[in-house]
Amino acid sequence: MTDPSTVMTDPTTGGRDGFPHLVRAEWTKFRTVRGWVAGMTLAVVLVVALGLLSAAGSHASCGMGGVETACTLTTGPGGEAVSDRFFFVHRRLDGDGSITVRVDSMTGQIRLPDTVPGVRRVVAGVVPWAKAGIMVKDGVREGASYAAVMVTARHGVRMQHDFTEDVAGRSGGVSPGSPRWLRLTRSGGTLTGYESVDGRRWTVVGTARPAHLPAAVEAGMFVASPGDLTVSRGDLGGASVQVRFTEATAVFDQVRVEGRAGGTWSHDDVGVAYEADGRTPHHPGRFTESGGAFAITGVGDVAPSVDGMRIESTLSGLVAGLVAVIVVAVLFVSAEHRRGLFRTTLLAAPRRGRAFAAKAVVVGAVAFAAGLAAALTVPLGARVLRANGNAVLPVSTFTELRVVAGVAALTAAVAVLALACGALVRRGAAAVAAVAGLVVVPHILATASVLPPEVVRWLLRLTPAAGFAVQQSVPEYAQVLGYYSPQGGYYPLPPLAGLAVLCGYAALAAVLAAVRIRKGDA
Amino acid sequence: MRRELRAEWTKARTAPGTAWLLSAVVVLTAAASAAVAATVSCTAGGCDQDVPRLGLAGIQAGQAAVAIMAVFAVTGEYGSGMIATTFAAMPRRGRVLAAKAAVLTGLTLAAGTVAVLASVLAARLILPGNGFTAANGHPPPSLADGPTLGAAAGTVLYLALIALLSLGAATALRDSATAAGVVCGVLYVLPLIPHMLADPGWRRLLWQATPANAGLAIQTTTHLDDLPLGPWEGLGVTAAWAAAALLGAWLLVRTRDVRA
Repeated sequence: MTDPSTVMTDPTTGGRDGFPHLVRAEWTKFRTVRGWVAGMTLAVVLVVALGLLSAAGSHASCGMGGVETACTLTTGPGGEAVSDRFFFVHRRLDGDGSITVRVDSMTGQIRLPDTVPGVRRVVAGVVPWAKAGIMVKDGVREGASYAAVMVTARHGVRMQHDFTEDVAGRSGGVSPGSPRWLRLTRSGGTLTGYESVDGRRWTVVGTARPAHLPAAVEAGMFVASPGDLTVSRGDLGGASVQVRFTEATAVFDQVRVEGRAGGTWSHDDVGVAYEADGRTPHHPGRFTESGGAFAITGVGDVAPSVDGMRIESTLSGLVAGLVAVIVVAVLFVSAEHRRGLFRTTLLAAPRRGRAFAAKAVVVGAVAFAAGLAAALTVPLGARVLRANGNAVLPVSTFTELRVVAGVAALTAAVAVLALACGALVRRGAAAVAAVAGLVVVPHILATASVLPPEVVRWLLRLTPAAGFAVQQSVPEYAQVLGYYSPQGGYYPLPPLAGLAVLCGYAALAAVLAAVRIRKGDA
Repeated sequence: MRRELRAEWTKARTAPGTAWLLSAVVVLTAAASAAVAATVSCTAGGCDQDVPRLGLAGIQAGQAAVAIMAVFAVTGEYGSGMIATTFAAMPRRGRVLAAKAAVLTGLTLAAGTVAVLASVLAARLILPGNGFTAANGHPPPSLADGPTLGAAAGTVLYLALIALLSLGAATALRDSATAAGVVCGVLYVLPLIPHMLADPGWRRLLWQATPANAGLAIQTTTHLDDLPLGPWEGLGVTAAWAAAALLGAWLLVRTRDVRA
């Protein structure tokens, strides 16, 4: 006969209840209860099935001269989706050099929503991010590397390069009484942008090192005017976003190019779209020159684009899966209390804090694995979406990994939070409702647009639902006017900060639960 | 039936959690409504808000407390094994279930009325400070206004229906954590499914079929044409869910063994 104590204790830890031993005991409990394993499996199946179902039902096609094709996105040097549409009056520049202009005025027109259907309502004006300035670009191909210094209608002077980078200069726009001088100097791979009010005293706006700038570049003046945005109520309480045509016209003079500039001024309506016939440009830009003054009219934007589906859009079933995870995690502790088994657990492992920690480790690890399996919907769903012709915003491999691992971490943290609440409250239903109310409900209120956006932003900062921010794959760009609402998948906190809020709640609850278990009655 | 009602009323009255849960219904609803009212604003340029719906938005939190109260009303006895005693003392199980449902409905209607009145009061006090004035075209909610009264009364009825739906689900499932998970899924996750679908026909149909979406249509007073179905029809959908849950529970309770 063996001494029964050898079954309970591990000799390597000097007769005490070793932590690995406890974890193993808890893991054995977990995997032998059929309902709990089924619950976790259900969580994964719910997320994957709902995600792939919504991806499979989402079809899109884009017309190109009467032919239906898959929707494609222009990508910039960093691989992100970009919008690269502007009117460019340019000439070749070999090697180092600089270009200087004076921007004298900026005017434009904006199309407003029709009041009488079918009748265009166009008013004079410029949108806040209308841009006019000088640019150095690797050819005139859409998405090519560039650096530019520009004056905007409402956001002052800016130095931008490679679509995503944006540095602010002095504020204020241009008007015929107060022109603005701009200069862009190339020295090797570095470009420096300057601005001046009189053409004599210059201030540096910023410097840029674009990703791919060959020796010979196109340098010149450009004008762009992004579409005007209106948000209105959509069906089922959603919001529908409408983008309407605008154009901007800027007058440049005192144009001076220094360095080895070749050829004469040529012009391109970069990125212009064509009508159904494939030849007539849709909303073309234009330019006129007289006596060294250029009046250039441009449409579009040179900026990152957030117009497309996101890889995490197939994770809409995550909340359903999380409810299942919460139920399992709560049962993992409350079932023991109900059946009095917890007294046996504590007899076997009298150091109560450790017994609880072992439970947390097991449920956290199981939930992490389940979350990882569920998050595989992201790459699979993106593949299905693209195969159906949808334009899915490309992201880097690192971002994709962050989303997948983040969802797994989110699931684990929610499971630990639920376990701790179960140990604190001991009544299963109350714990499930409390955790669902803290994690799932705020997120659902956010995405189902039941509540106004301001309320939702606060909910997603303060409640554990902040953790859902970890799935956001496309950032909010300050230099692009967009409808950055939680409904659209833009969270108020950065991904890791949001996850940290959730983990904070989980850690707090775990500590309180450990204290309660140590002090309280079993 | 009087015997069963009396027994269930005594249980509900003396159970330690009941008072807490009833106050949780009131406090959660009123606090969440007040929080929503405090964070929205309406400018002179106008806003597109449904004021009664804003004032009653706290129901999203309050309904969880109602659901938990309903779940506890039945799973407590299953958890402790007292259900065997209950059925030994009152062998007509359908009547026990009916008595539980009646007591729960009464409690929910009472707590729901207080919660809704407190929410409307909070909205009346807070919203004018955020620009919701008659001058901006959005007067604060008043029960003297017909549509607002309808929304408020309908919200109380909605809470009672959610209680019955939860009671049915909990009786069928018998475990409190599982029942709470299922009810949370029905209340909070199911309403999301229509938004995941691309096909507008299916979206509409599923929206009409989910108890939380359809039932809370009762709070809508503006843009009624945008709704896939009318406010009272919506409440009818929730009632159908509650009836189905109770019917299922009745069939199971009659035919099944007492304990799992």
